[in-house]
Amino acid sequence: MSRIEPGPAILPLEFKSVGYRVGDQSLLEEVSFRLEAGPRTVILGPNGSGKSLTLRLAQGLLRPSSGRVAWRVENRLEQTMVFEQPVLLRRSARANVEYALALHGEPRGRRRERAREVLAQTGLESIADRRARVLSAGEQQRLALARAWAIRPQVLFLDEPTAALDPPATRRVEDLIREIGASGTKIVMTTHDLGQARRLAEDVLFFCAGRLLEVSPAADFFESPGSREGRAFLEGELSW
Amino acid sequence: MEDVTQAFATAFRMIVSLDPVLLEIVGLSLEVSLGALVLAAAVGMPLGGAVALFRFPGRRGAIVLLNALMGLPPVVIGLLVYLVLSRSGPLGDLGWLFTPTAMVVAQFVLITPIVAALTRQVMEDLWEEYEFQLRSLGAGPLRAIPTLLWDGRFQLVTALLAGFGRAIAEVGAVIIVGGNIAHATRVMTTAIALETSKGDLALALALGLVLLGLALAVNAAASLAAEYARGHDS
Repeated sequence: MSRIEPGPAILPLEFKSVGYRVGDQSLLEEVSFRLEAGPRTVILGPNGSGKSLTLRLAQGLLRPSSGRVAWRVENRLEQTMVFEQPVLLRRSARANVEYALALHGEPRGRRRERAREVLAQTGLESIADRRARVLSAGEQQRLALARAWAIRPQVLFLDEPTAALDPPATRRVEDLIREIGASGTKIVMTTHDLGQARRLAEDVLFFCAGRLLEVSPAADFFESPGSREGRAFLEGELSW
Repeated sequence: MEDVTQAFATAFRMIVSLDPVLLEIVGLSLEVSLGALVLAAAVGMPLGGAVALFRFPGRRGAIVLLNALMGLPPVVIGLLVYLVLSRSGPLGDLGWLFTPTAMVVAQFVLITPIVAALTRQVMEDLWEEYEFQLRSLGAGPLRAIPTLLWDGRFQLVTALLAGFGRAIAEVGAVIIVGGNIAHATRVMTTAIALETSKGDLALALALGLVLLGLALAVNAAASLAAEYARGHDS
């Protein structure tokens, strides 16, 4: 049996008074929230507010200095992350996807078929055999999404996935994010693009200066933010 | 002066006519040094990768040691391998002393630290770039080592060529453990030393020219590999 058949549900994910310090500088303070399966969650906030740090702590790439990050079931193989500038392996697009499948225990005979399937879903089938690192920025980001999607994660973290892309490439990536979310994967992403947040967010976590100020449905946040900082952010009075 | 000119002429003739004695010595040299290189790659590359990727107590000391071992004097290695393989040594029963196998062992000991130390540097740079991505895909350091060895293959060719260059050119270790026995353990460097002392400059020069050619070829290959690596980085 394939290792990437769905395992036990790993959500909810809970941050319990999580803090993160580097030296004597506090980058995240007393952050607590709970993420359930389902709606796409977008983490918003100005630069240096702790958005990307929160994703890295959630994914287990960093350990909190205080507090606890708790999954319902601890299983690193059921969640993955796509970065603003994804690191693609020095091999073909298809081999990048097959590599992720191999890590997740997909039998060799089924890797090629799954890779073909996911590359077709992401519109990359025609460039499957090209070297991943010579693809355009948009294609590289879609490949990173394809590689993550191939393993059918329960949770996919996206750290500003379109920050380096032009508008058409951004649209294609957004469509893909919706599709991945619709396939049952919980999306948790950060973005600097307020328009994108309005298009994609169903829930919002709003951070400012290392503190979580709001957790609310997206419609509520964009209509009437509950914090002074949230209002200032939406009005462009806080830098991001 | 006439003798030297004559010796050069004879040396060229030996090379061009593929003199059997010359070929035998060059063949054994390549066999021994490539054998040592294969073993050094099999041990040194994973070792370098492990030191680069794993965090363990004493890691900094291990790196210093690895770097220091790059400069090991060949005669000291020859002496140590001799002691281990000599009849009264711990591996004396193997009967390897004064055989090409002993020479492979000595060169393996000599170049493994070079391969390992250079591999560590390449792998550490790659890990800095790849760590979060690979960990987020579910690969820990152990699984990441073969991935990075493959992705860094063009840079790592330079490490292998450096090891090969050191092995093929050394004389101290192989003369101690090989004994420089004609048709058995005589390699280019030991033959050059012997023939020069005997006054047979022609064979010594011919071997010297081949060795020089190999050194140039290794350096050219290293440059090409480095250039190719840069081309494949993007």
